[in-house]
Amino acid sequence: MIWFIKNSVTRKNLMALTGLFLSFFLIVHLAGNLQLLLPEAQARLQYNSYSQFLGGNPIVLIISFVLYACIILHTIDAIYLGIKRKKANGVSYSKDMRGRASTWYSRHMMALGIIVFVFLIIHFKDYWYIYKFGSLPLDENGNKDLYTLVIVSFEQLWYVIIYIIAIVALGYHLLHGVFSAHRTIGLYHPVYNSIIKVLGVIFALVISIGYIIIPIFIYINHQV
Amino acid sequence: MKIILKVWRQKNQQDKGRFCEYILENVNRDMSFLEMLDMLNNQLVKEGNPAVEFDHDCREGICGQCGIMINGIAHGPLKNTTTCQLHMREFKDGDTIYVEPFKANAFPVVRDLKVDRSSLDNIIASGGYVSVDTGQAPEANSIPITHQEAEDAFDAAACIGCGACVASCKNSSAALFTGAKITHLARLPQGEKESATRTLTMVDKMEEEGFGHCSNTEACQVECPENISVLNIARMNYEYNRAKLLFKK
Repeated sequence: MIWFIKNSVTRKNLMALTGLFLSFFLIVHLAGNLQLLLPEAQARLQYNSYSQFLGGNPIVLIISFVLYACIILHTIDAIYLGIKRKKANGVSYSKDMRGRASTWYSRHMMALGIIVFVFLIIHFKDYWYIYKFGSLPLDENGNKDLYTLVIVSFEQLWYVIIYIIAIVALGYHLLHGVFSAHRTIGLYHPVYNSIIKVLGVIFALVISIGYIIIPIFIYINHQV
Repeated sequence: MKIILKVWRQKNQQDKGRFCEYILENVNRDMSFLEMLDMLNNQLVKEGNPAVEFDHDCREGICGQCGIMINGIAHGPLKNTTTCQLHMREFKDGDTIYVEPFKANAFPVVRDLKVDRSSLDNIIASGGYVSVDTGQAPEANSIPITHQEAEDAFDAAACIGCGACVASCKNSSAALFTGAKITHLARLPQGEKESATRTLTMVDKMEEEGFGHCSNTEACQVECPENISVLNIARMNYEYNRAKLLFKK
């Protein structure tokens, strides 16, 4: 059904709203993940019981379905608009210097999005799938020991590097995406636009730094 | 000064087109870019070759007819300027300059540097006007409007429809053009009454003409000869969403 919406303004609205929901989710997810920075014994029990709480809560379950839907819709929209762009552009320029007028990340949202999407697949496979459908040992409180799974993965340098690359891509995606989404849904007042632009930069920075600190902290702390 | 020109030559829409190299000696640095092209055409005609076709009209920077890609940038290196207001002093002796037509699916090449921009006219014709009965000119002060509103509407109305926004956009979007027209009329008391229908028809027409979507890279404003604000696009989105959600047909 989603393929029937042909109007690109409506398409972009969908892209903006799903993007904003995903951005909001990043805050909640980061807040949960920051528990990994607590002292090890406390972090293990607290993080596992937090995961158990999320897994068993019906409201969280509904929100998680909205989240999956947003990821899928955001991706389908990107593919649709990508095809449309190719058609609208027609023949490309032989000498193209148009890049001087805009930031590189605003022009390459698709490429940044692909990096984030590939990372999401790895991320879902390594944690979400194992937690939901795999077998994990239990901790002292009888909760699935997701904490140890996370720690073991971040003890490997290559995994930390992949994680950081993905988060940097995500950071640039947000740097353009957050303010662009507000424009798309129709925020035209110059004052609010300036505020959103600054808040968007702060948001992208806080999210990227927040997510990058975690694997680095774990990697350094678990070196023998 | 000596200029090496690589000019896009294309016989018609079906032709694939290619760059042809021409060397111009004794180019005056105070010539406008179009005068330099006139000089090239003089030389070509004298040699018995077909002249390079390009659009131009007022040559004063207000009509929006001249529009070509110069060294890969719409209207050339000088910001907020039309091609006719670009002068050869912006280039150095011995420079190679690439000249190409605007390229977008909605702007088919007619010949050489000339493109058909009727799609922009079609967007205007679909709703970019105010439906009022003509007759005597009304008393100006009978419709109250603040000075600021009038100024803001005029800023949007300054769009000359040259198509540089489309040419500069990575998605070939006409959102700045359409947004400017919609905002210009939506800000005025005479135009705001029909804002919903106007926005719906103009946005639909923009789609139908084959323009791309807006991804807010803001390149259009940077290259626009009139520096039309990208916030006009946000205003268009606002008007469109409001019309879609609230407008009773």
